[in-house]
Amino acid sequence: MLYSEKVFDHFRNPRNLGKIEDADGIGEVGNAKCGDIMKMYLKISDGIITDVKFNTFGCGSAIATSSMATEMIKGKSVADALTLSNQAVVEALDGLPAHKIHCSVLAEEAVKAAVKDYYDKNGIAYDPEQFKENDCEGCEK
Amino acid sequence: MIYMDNAATTPMSETAKRVFLDTADRFWGNPSSLHTSGQVAAEQLFAARQRIAARINADPREITFTSGGSEADNQALLTGATLGSRKGKKHIVSTKFEHHAILHALKRLEKQGYEVTLVDVNADGVVRPEDVAAAIREDTALVSVMFANNEVGTVQPIAEIGAICREKGVLFHTDAVQAAGHLPIDVKAMNIDMLSLSAHKFHGPKGVGVLYARRGVFLTNLIEGGAQERGKRAGTENLPGIASMAAALDEACEHMQRDGAYMTALRDRLIEGLRQIPHSKLNGDPVKRLPGNVNFCFEGIEGESLLLLLDDRGIAASSGSACTSGSLDPSHVLLAMGIPHEVAHGSLRLTLSPEITEADIDKTVRDVTEVVAYLRDISPVWEELEKGVRQHVIQ
Repeated sequence: MLYSEKVFDHFRNPRNLGKIEDADGIGEVGNAKCGDIMKMYLKISDGIITDVKFNTFGCGSAIATSSMATEMIKGKSVADALTLSNQAVVEALDGLPAHKIHCSVLAEEAVKAAVKDYYDKNGIAYDPEQFKENDCEGCEK
Repeated sequence: MIYMDNAATTPMSETAKRVFLDTADRFWGNPSSLHTSGQVAAEQLFAARQRIAARINADPREITFTSGGSEADNQALLTGATLGSRKGKKHIVSTKFEHHAILHALKRLEKQGYEVTLVDVNADGVVRPEDVAAAIREDTALVSVMFANNEVGTVQPIAEIGAICREKGVLFHTDAVQAAGHLPIDVKAMNIDMLSLSAHKFHGPKGVGVLYARRGVFLTNLIEGGAQERGKRAGTENLPGIASMAAALDEACEHMQRDGAYMTALRDRLIEGLRQIPHSKLNGDPVKRLPGNVNFCFEGIEGESLLLLLDDRGIAASSGSACTSGSLDPSHVLLAMGIPHEVAHGSLRLTLSPEITEADIDKTVRDVTEVVAYLRDISPVWEELEKGVRQHVIQ
């Protein structure tokens, strides 16, 4: 099989699918030319992610990694969410095919982009090094 | 399951299966052996060669059995290149939307010092004969244009291109893998010098195909060894596969008119149904296309998730999205037709067989409509299209 049972499960029954109208932070990463875009919405109170939703344009693993990432950060502190790595998402999904790893990178970046948006909106200082953007070099070859 | 991926492969017909097993059972001898068990196998081999030759108006001696379409394509290109280079001709003309068996073999020839011109296709996925004519030079060794495209199903003006090549004295090869058994082929009337076909695209077995080469076109070997196939393709012949292929091609050609008309009607019903989905587009000429091919783009969604969700609903389809190709780029065929990357990612190919019913078509239209709506609902790209932040490409 192309994907693990867990990937299929999160693809078919995505957790936290949707939007948050009054989100405290919104992050969008990827580009349509590459074939995947993830948009993540965070609701934050007292430094805790109380709610998270996502919308994704992309393949099965893009939807599954977004879903898994939202599950892994929900109820966590913002600081904890920032430590979420793409490898952790891949492991939680019982692996991804090699050419789909970039989907997990996007999921990690979507979380970070949403947190950065929250920091920006609330004037919270941060180290820009933490939020390096992917140059998406694969598509610009 | 509603199997709508017949351009990828077809199930073997009952006749093809019966002949395959029967040949394996009764004619297991080596056709090169001089004893009786070898000679009865040799007779079966010749009979299959005759039947296949007759179906494309060729001579049995012009038929070389291969392991399939890819091998036939590779050998045809290598042959054209080798014959040309002997006369100092090292230029090859092909098109941008050929199968990878052609495009990747051409890449290798380029590394070996050949020059390749890939002719554009129009927005409807059809090659213009005048473009092929214009690309032919004094030093052109070979022209290779596919008979019908494997993704968008468009049928190419092969007879016209054949006439141009014959007039200019250039060898002409066509990859007829998608056409054989589905469209009439006459290598003489169409001035085809070399032609590739593959059994598993017309309900024959996998792992067997044909390279037709007109008499006088001396094939260059890909595989050296014994004297099988007039010394042009070594290896003990896959007789069950070859006999089964001959039976499958006979069957397909006998029913071509009836099945073609039936599938064309279903195809057009499917196209009409999918056209009702907003911001969708049929890829490829609506008329000059294979009876069983439907290829659509849906804006705002990605093809792999579409086909996985269709699979969940019992519909087997295919897509030209990057994610299904294992590369970062979507289908080179759709890109060659001028479809932008972001739209090409949302492509869906449905290829029919005579087993498909009208009820299957109607279920497919309903399911595709629902799945596209769901994926658009969760797509940030669709959200931007609807808000006008991003411009629709398909109106």
